[in-house]
Amino acid sequence: MSTDIASSESIGEINKYDFRTESKAFFKARKGVDAEIVNQISEMKNEPEWMRNYRLKALEIFNSKPMPNWGGAIDINFQDIYYYLKPTDKQGKTWDEVPQEIKDTFDKLGIPEAEKKFLSGVKAQFESEVVYGSLKQDLADQGVIFTDTDSAIRDYPDLVREYFGTIIPSTDNKFAALNSAVWSGGSFIYVPKGVKIEFPLQAYFRINAENMGQFERTLIIVDEGASVHYVEGCTAPMYSSESLHSAVVEIVCKRGSRCRYTTIQNWANNIYNLVTKRAVAYADATMEWVDGNLGSKLTMKYPAVYMLEPGARGEILSIAFASKGQHQDAGAKLVHCAPNTTGQIISKSISKCGGRSSYRGLVKVEKGAKKSKCNVVCDALILDSKSRSDTYPYIEILEQDVSVGHEASVSRIGEEQMFYLMSRGLSNAEASTMIVNGFIEPLVKELPMEYAVEMNRLIQLQMEGSVG
Amino acid sequence: MSHILRIENLHVAVDGKAILRGVNLEMKFGETHAMMGPNGSGKSTLGLAIAGHPNYVITEGTITLDGEDITEWEADQRARAGIFMAFQRPVAIPGVKTADFLRHAATNVRRPDRKEGEDLIPMREFRKELKAKMSQLKIDTEFARRYVNDGFSGGEMKRAEILTMAMLSPKFSILDETDSGLDADAVKLASASIAEIGRDKMGLLIITHHDKLLEHNPPQFTHVMLGGRIVETGGAELARELHDHGYDRIRKTYPDAEAANQEMLAKEEAVAV
Ligand SMILES: Nc1ncnc2c1ncn2[C@@H]1O[C@H](COP(=O)(O)OP(=O)(O)O)[C@@H](O)[C@H]1O
Ligand SMILES: [Mg+2]
Repeated sequence: MSTDIASSESIGEINKYDFRTESKAFFKARKGVDAEIVNQISEMKNEPEWMRNYRLKALEIFNSKPMPNWGGAIDINFQDIYYYLKPTDKQGKTWDEVPQEIKDTFDKLGIPEAEKKFLSGVKAQFESEVVYGSLKQDLADQGVIFTDTDSAIRDYPDLVREYFGTIIPSTDNKFAALNSAVWSGGSFIYVPKGVKIEFPLQAYFRINAENMGQFERTLIIVDEGASVHYVEGCTAPMYSSESLHSAVVEIVCKRGSRCRYTTIQNWANNIYNLVTKRAVAYADATMEWVDGNLGSKLTMKYPAVYMLEPGARGEILSIAFASKGQHQDAGAKLVHCAPNTTGQIISKSISKCGGRSSYRGLVKVEKGAKKSKCNVVCDALILDSKSRSDTYPYIEILEQDVSVGHEASVSRIGEEQMFYLMSRGLSNAEASTMIVNGFIEPLVKELPMEYAVEMNRLIQLQMEGSVG
Repeated sequence: MSHILRIENLHVAVDGKAILRGVNLEMKFGETHAMMGPNGSGKSTLGLAIAGHPNYVITEGTITLDGEDITEWEADQRARAGIFMAFQRPVAIPGVKTADFLRHAATNVRRPDRKEGEDLIPMREFRKELKAKMSQLKIDTEFARRYVNDGFSGGEMKRAEILTMAMLSPKFSILDETDSGLDADAVKLASASIAEIGRDKMGLLIITHHDKLLEHNPPQFTHVMLGGRIVETGGAELARELHDHGYDRIRKTYPDAEAANQEMLAKEEAVAV
């Protein structure tokens, strides 16, 4: 353990996101996914019958669905993955109770600092179970629930059952089905009517066991007139064999409410990151996704907002950074189901060192969604001639009286910009990093301060890695 | 302080096309030089070649700074060694705040061997200095938060270049038509600012067509560029003559250079078509 820290320090900042801590799993199910494993997971969690049945049904759906034949190349042996790992026997209530080894990992991720800054409550997911969580007392007093989804099933069964799987049913896609069968952890948030949470609620997720799939399940319910900003950052250490991350995030924004969900993901280069994220927004509610994707082998992620009632708004900001051996197939989905709904997608992608980034977006305006407005802007920046960027905009408009705009641009880092910065003393690498950071600035400035700093640093690390 | 920038027999080509054909120039720290000449004669090319623009290929000759040959150096190395050029048309860097850019630039220029990722000038110290320089140049502090040259008016761009020069305090500054495209008041302000910041505190090479800038910054030397060569060098009176009477005398006196100039212009038009 101490050598682990020493070596990570001596390599310095650059490898901050590339370490592993020896973890002694408390319980580890065998590899593979089948009814026995699913039953075992459910049993370990002491779940109610309805959840066990939900999982088993989802497993059938998973088995019956073919792999998606679009997006990126997925080469996963589902039977060669661990689906459940329980690293500690109970949830730590205070920092002192958290096992040292896990603390070391968190230290490296800088979580205690974040905790100090954000007394609102840090939830950290270490492998499959949430091991540490705290929530500021006054939030709890207002009836706000911020816990892991496993605890929520136990403590708020009716609330969970009412919404769980209603936004993203198991039948939605193969990976949503897999998640539904083997899910573990994730956040559950309920914000009662009219409660406005001023500071962001945060969670950290990471994967730390070889061949460990991470299948967290997040459910957020923002009641009428309430508002919340949830922030989730992910980093994963490097491993040699493939890992799978496949989360499901469901959000309900009731009348007049507001939800912003911010994710910065920086996965190791061998991880498949196949995530389904969807929100529904009722009358005059606003849902915003801010989604940053770095790292991973393949990311397929298209946060969606279904605007179900008049006046609903959906906004999606997405950044993707694809470097060597990486394919970011990221985008957004906006579905206008009611009149006077407003949608916006801003996508920024960067490709370098042979990386590939694709924007894949759907804008759908249903019949009757009169006077709806939707605007899509996607900008791609390509840093060298080996890299690639594609745009796949799907637009389906079934109503006449609407306004839909789409702009796309692809640019290469300009020689003149590089020369300008270098003539002011910036090195080649600093100059290109600065241009890239400038390119994503419109998005980064939407992030909470320390995430903006983190984002810029992650970009810097990406830019320093493997030149050419 | 004594520094010396020496350009010897400089030949520069862009896209394989010869533009400078043997330029010689020597500048000392604290001197002011005016560079004049008709359009397309190669003035900007000289500046860009000195600043190290990768597309301006030096095919022959050398540039030395204090005796060190910097001909092969990258632009950033030259900047760190004390070379600066205020561009005629600075490019925009969207999303990059002017203050952040200047903080990086100033740190690197002041600590030439700084490695990437090493600390920048402390924020408070830098802000204080930037604010002082901005008020000296009568630039609104709101400027620092705007993106580098993004959506700037012509006048704002030129003032931003002067601000950058002020922050970097180079040994040698090339000012490429820093007075063009500005109204009379703006020219006056820019001229006064350059005098305040640059005069006697660096070597100045002022590329200009106008006299206002030179009125505030009277040159010890005036050079006339034609057809990619410096054909004549004189004192302040030469600048005055060219301003009052134009380049007819020069064109007639140096027919070979004039022919070269016409040839470059013709190629330029051919490219434009
Ligand atoms: N980037 C470039 N690409 C092609 N031709 C260029 C470029 N820069 C300068 N030139 C050519 O070099 C010649 C001199 O240009 P320049 O140095 O800009 O002259 P000046 O600044 O004296 O007006 C012109 O014929 C111009 O067309
Ligand atoms: Mg010019």
